[in-house]
Amino acid sequence: MSGALLQVEGLTAGYGAAPVLHEVDLTVQPGEIVAVLGANGAGKTTLLRTLSGLVKCTHGRVLLDGDDLAGTKVEHLVRRGIAHVPEGRGVVTELTVDENLRLGGLWRRDRADARVALDEVYDLFPSLAQRRTFAGHQLSGGERQMLALGRALIGRPRLLLLDEPSLGLAPKVTRHIMTLLRDLRARTGLAVLLVEQNVRSALSIADEGVVLALGRVVVRNRASVLRDDADLRHAYLGF
Amino acid sequence: MSEFIYLTFDGLSRGLVYAAFALALVLIWRAARIVNFAQGAMAVSAVYVAYSVTNATGSYWLGFAAALLAGLALGVTVERVVMRFVDHSSPLNGVVVALGLVLILQGVLGIVYGNEFLPFSTPFSRDAFEVGGVAMLSRYDLFVIAAVGSVVIALTLLFTRTAIGLRMRAAAFAPDVSRLLGVSVGGMLTLGWALAAAVGSLAGILVVPTELGVHPTAMDVVFVSAFAAAVVGGLDSPIGAVVGGLIVGVLLSYVSGYIDVTVAPMAVLALLVVVLLGRPGGLFSSSKARVA
Amino acid sequence: MTTIESRPETATKAPPGAKRRRRVHPVIVIALGAVLVVALTYVLPPFRNYQLATVGAYFCVTAGLTVLTGLNGQLSLGHGALMATGAYTLALAQNRWESLPLSFALAVLVTTGVGAVIGLAAARLRGPYLAGLTLAVAIVVPSVTSTFDETFNSDQGLSVFLEPPPEQYPMEQWQAWLCWAAALVVVLLLALLVRGRFGRDLRAVRDDETAAKLAGINIARTQVLAFVVSAACAGVAGALFAYLAQSVSPGAFPLTLSLFLLMAIVIGGLGSLFGALWGALLLVVLPALSQSVGEQTGSQRLEGNLALIVFGVVLVVVMLAAPGGLASIPSRISRLIRRNR
Repeated sequence: MSGALLQVEGLTAGYGAAPVLHEVDLTVQPGEIVAVLGANGAGKTTLLRTLSGLVKCTHGRVLLDGDDLAGTKVEHLVRRGIAHVPEGRGVVTELTVDENLRLGGLWRRDRADARVALDEVYDLFPSLAQRRTFAGHQLSGGERQMLALGRALIGRPRLLLLDEPSLGLAPKVTRHIMTLLRDLRARTGLAVLLVEQNVRSALSIADEGVVLALGRVVVRNRASVLRDDADLRHAYLGF
Repeated sequence: MSEFIYLTFDGLSRGLVYAAFALALVLIWRAARIVNFAQGAMAVSAVYVAYSVTNATGSYWLGFAAALLAGLALGVTVERVVMRFVDHSSPLNGVVVALGLVLILQGVLGIVYGNEFLPFSTPFSRDAFEVGGVAMLSRYDLFVIAAVGSVVIALTLLFTRTAIGLRMRAAAFAPDVSRLLGVSVGGMLTLGWALAAAVGSLAGILVVPTELGVHPTAMDVVFVSAFAAAVVGGLDSPIGAVVGGLIVGVLLSYVSGYIDVTVAPMAVLALLVVVLLGRPGGLFSSSKARVA
Repeated sequence: MTTIESRPETATKAPPGAKRRRRVHPVIVIALGAVLVVALTYVLPPFRNYQLATVGAYFCVTAGLTVLTGLNGQLSLGHGALMATGAYTLALAQNRWESLPLSFALAVLVTTGVGAVIGLAAARLRGPYLAGLTLAVAIVVPSVTSTFDETFNSDQGLSVFLEPPPEQYPMEQWQAWLCWAAALVVVLLLALLVRGRFGRDLRAVRDDETAAKLAGINIARTQVLAFVVSAACAGVAGALFAYLAQSVSPGAFPLTLSLFLLMAIVIGGLGSLFGALWGALLLVVLPALSQSVGEQTGSQRLEGNLALIVFGVVLVVVMLAAPGGLASIPSRISRLIRRNR
C-alpha cells in the first residue's frame, strides 16, 4: 500500500514476558482519522506507546512514509512529524501553561514559526490564553486536554497519536474536541490515530475504525460501517 | 553582644557553603530522585584536583577553575557510568550505590594523596573587618558570599529563563512526556548531575581551607550538615536549600562559639531529628510524608 | 514503594521443582557450627585464631543488620555507632566493676536502649531520610567522645581491663571461643526469631506496608522491634571488639565501618543469616589481603585504602549486576547455582 503515512505490520509488544499486542496490522493514510476501539485492557494505550517507542516491540515493524522507525529514538519522533498526546492528558502539572506550550516547540529549528504556532494555539483555545501563568495542576480536566492537544500542535505534526482525549471529560467538552480534530484535519491535512473508549464520539469523526480485543485486531472497517453494525457493537463495543 | 554579631556573620558565611552543598543535593534529587550520598567524596576529589593544580602552578585561581571542571567531569562520569544503570524501583538502591562510590573515591584519594590533612590556603585574608570595634566579615567571607551568590543567581536564571532550564525541569517532572516532546531526558539527567557536582565542588573548595585541610573524609561532616540543610528546606526546594543552609550555618556557629566545636555534629543530629520528626515536609515543601 | 524490593517476585517465580527445601532446625546447624569452630581453634595458629574471633564478632553485627535491612528493609548507617556504644559501655563497666559477664550484659542493655531510641525515629522515616539520619548518628561518635572527654577520653579512648584467660588455653584460642559462643547464641536467637511470626511480619512490612497494615500487622512496632533486635546484636559485636582490642577509641568506629557492614550484608545476600556469615568473613579477609598486598609492594598508603576500593567496587558491581535490587541477589545466586548443577 504505497503512499501510506503510517503502516504497522505484525506488531507484537508488551511489558514483560507476556505480550500485550499480537500481530497488529493497521494503516493511516495522510489526512485520515483512524479510531482504535476496544474495551479496557485491549491494548489500545500499549499500541500507541509502542508506536512512539516508549514500549519496545518484539516483532513486526512500524513504517513512517515507508521508513522503518526501528532505532529511531523516542525524542526524535517529534522531528519526524509524529505527536503523541499520552493518556491522562500528559500535561506537566508543575509547569505553567505557557511553559508547557513552549516545551512543545523547543525542538524546532524554526523559532519564528514556533512562536506563530504558539499564538495560533492561544487563538484556538482562548481559555488557555487567559491562564498562561497558571500551573498545570490548577487547570480543569478539559483545559488540560486542550493544553496537551495545543502543545502537540505547536510542532505542526502530520500524525497525531491521541490517547483517550475524552477520558473524564464532560460530553460537551468531548464534542468540542472532536469537532476541533475534524476542523484541523480539514484545514491542515492532519492525520489522527485516535484511541478511544467513547466509541460513539470516536466513530462520529473517524474515517476508519480498528477494534482491538485482547491485543489483537478483530475488526477493521470503514467507520460508517462500524457505526451501523449492531452485532459488532454488541460483541465488542458494548453499546 | 559583639561575639553574637561575629558568630552570626561567621555562621551566615559558613551557611552559604552549606547552602551551595545542599543545593547540589537538591538538584540531583529533583532530577533523579536520588540523594547523592557520594556528593561529599566527589567534592573532596575535586578539591584534591585543585590542590594539585595550585601546587603545580602556584595559582589559587587555576586550582579553583580546575576543581569546578573536575566536578563537572566527575558528575558526568558518575551519572553515565554508574547511576544510569541503578534500578530505581527502590530509593535505597541509589543510596547503596552512592555509598559504594564513597568507598571507592576515598580509597583512591587515600592511595594517591595519603590519609593526612594537607594544607590548603585561601586566596583572601580570613581576618574579619572591624566595624566600631565589632568583628564582622573577612575578605574571604565576602568572596564566599559572592561565589555562592552568583551560583544561586545563575542557577535561578538557568532554570527559569532558558530553554535548557525548561527542558531540565520538564525532564525531571515528566520524563516520558518530555521525551515525546523531543527532550533528551538522558542528556538532561547527565547535565543535572554535572551541574550539581560542580556546585558541590565549589562548596568543597570554599569550606576546606576554613577547616583542617584536605583529607579523603574532610567532607563527611559537611555532607551531613548540608543534608540537614536540604531536609530543613525540603529536598524538593532550591530556595529551601539556601534558607536551610543559612539556618544550619548560624546554628552551628552559635553552638561552636558558645559551647564547643566538638558539639557541632551533635547539634546537626538533633536538628535532623527535630525536623524529620516534627516537620516531615521540611519548611518549604508541600509533600506530607517522608516516603521518598 | 518504600522498601528494598517491593514485589515478592521470588515467591511466584520459583520453579515448581524447588518446593520448600526441608529446613534443618537451627539448633542443629548451630551445634555443628560450634563443633567446627572449636575444632578449628585447635588447628589454627594464634594469629588466625584472633582473626577467627574477629569474624565471630563481625558475624554478630552482620546477622543483626541482615534482619534489619534484609528482612525489614530499613537501611542503617548507624550500626558502627551502635557498636561504639557497646564497646564504650563494656570498657567503662569493665574498668569499674571488673566483671566481664556484667559488663557484657550492660553493653548489650545500653546499646539496645540507644537502638530503641533511634528505632523509634527510624520507624517514621523511609529511604534516604533514614539513611541520612543514621549517617548523622555515625559521625556523632567522635564528637561525643571529645565533648565528654572526662568519661570517654576523646581521641585516645580507653583501655579495657581484662583478666587473663585460664592458663591452659592460649589467649587467642580463648578469644575465639568467647566470640563464637556469643555469635552462635546471637545467630541462634535470630534464626528462631525470624522463623516464626515475627519473621513473617518483618518481610510483610518490607514487601508492602499497606498490605501488611491491612493484614493487621502493627508496622511501627515491627520496625522498632527490628531496630532494637539488630541494635542488641551490634551491642554484642561492639563489646566483643572492645574485648578483642582491649581498648576502645573513636578511630575504631569510623563511618567507613558502617559502610563496610552494609557492604558485607549486601554481598552476603541480603536476608540470609548464612549470607551474614560470608559477609563477616569478607570483612576480615579482604582487609587482610589488602594489607598483605600493601606490605609486598611496600606502600603504606595501599595497605589501608586498597580494601576501601575493593569493597566499594564490589558494592557497586553487585548493585548494578542485580537489577532487581538488593533482595533479588539471593534468588539470583540460587538460580545460577541450580542452572549450573
